[in-house]
Amino acid sequence: FDDTSSAAPGMNSQGFYTPAYNMAGPSNDMQGGPGVNNLFADPMASAAMMYGSSLANQGKDMVNKEINRFMSVNKLKYFFAVDTRYVLKKLMILMFPYTHQDWEVRYHRDTPLTPRQDVNAPDLYIPTMAFITYILLAGMALGIQKRFSPEVLGLCASTALVWIIIEVLVMLLSLYLLTVHSDLSTFDLIAYSGYKYVGMIFTVLCGLMFGSDGYYVALAWSSCALMFFIVRSLKMKILPSISSDSMGMGSNSKPQLRLYITVATAVFQPIIIYWLTSHLVR
Amino acid sequence: MAFTLYSLIQAAILCINAVAVLHEERFLSKIGWGVDQSVGGFGDEPGIKVQLMNLIRSVRTVMRGACFFLLRIFSHLTVSG
Repeated sequence: FDDTSSAAPGMNSQGFYTPAYNMAGPSNDMQGGPGVNNLFADPMASAAMMYGSSLANQGKDMVNKEINRFMSVNKLKYFFAVDTRYVLKKLMILMFPYTHQDWEVRYHRDTPLTPRQDVNAPDLYIPTMAFITYILLAGMALGIQKRFSPEVLGLCASTALVWIIIEVLVMLLSLYLLTVHSDLSTFDLIAYSGYKYVGMIFTVLCGLMFGSDGYYVALAWSSCALMFFIVRSLKMKILPSISSDSMGMGSNSKPQLRLYITVATAVFQPIIIYWLTSHLVR
Repeated sequence: MAFTLYSLIQAAILCINAVAVLHEERFLSKIGWGVDQSVGGFGDEPGIKVQLMNLIRSVRTVMRGACFFLLRIFSHLTVSG
């Protein structure tokens, strides 16, 4: 897809993966700037600088190659190609999905559109930000109740992360066992599992501001909204099978099983929201 | 229920170990889950039981290959720690 902002995120992602190597580069340049006359006069220093920069480039290429073996950075970039308008609309849909009409993910010559151009596309920016915000909010809530300590923050973060991993693995396993040939990749599932953090943040905030009653009201509201959102989004991807290898019949496996997967995923969300937030709001 | 990443890895290793030690002849054939009883499911309707049996067999094959020693070492470390 057209990654129009590939200059900035590209360098950022490479800079993230190779912080040590990139820091060698600019510092060499900064030393070369004011002392450029001295460098040209001193062949040893200029040779050392060139050797250092070539070594840094080699290291950067090697690290990129290794990273690309495990996960394709291009596919990851697709999930982070968002803009402000998309984020605002998506957050509104997550909290109030009942008026959204068209849930199809639009394609453009066989590749799915980026989140910038299509509001229904899943992204990883909102789940990542929501996860970090949730951890900070949990720390704040525990601090208000005077139960805070730095270990608790790490414990909360790893608990939430473990639940995401479990949910994504269970979803992958059930999709594999029922031979559902959908185009849901691992990152899509991570994105859809991460959307519940937005509901969790809303619930915890209401619980902190309005007490126990506000917590339960917000829990009910965000659970219903999230369940609706998940069912409508996954229905498009799992239930109709446009597989070209079947003999023109409908789905490969029984459609009830696919419906059970969708509904089970949706029902799992409020349970997790309650589990991960109830200890924060007493 | 506070999970850590460490306990997740422990649980995953124990589960994979449990799936890998299901013996083909002594146990799976007795309850009709042997892989030799699943042929004939060609076409586009493998069914969930056949998928499960294939999954068990592939876990066992992978475990008997490279991961056998890795898992043994790791489980010794985690169970004792």
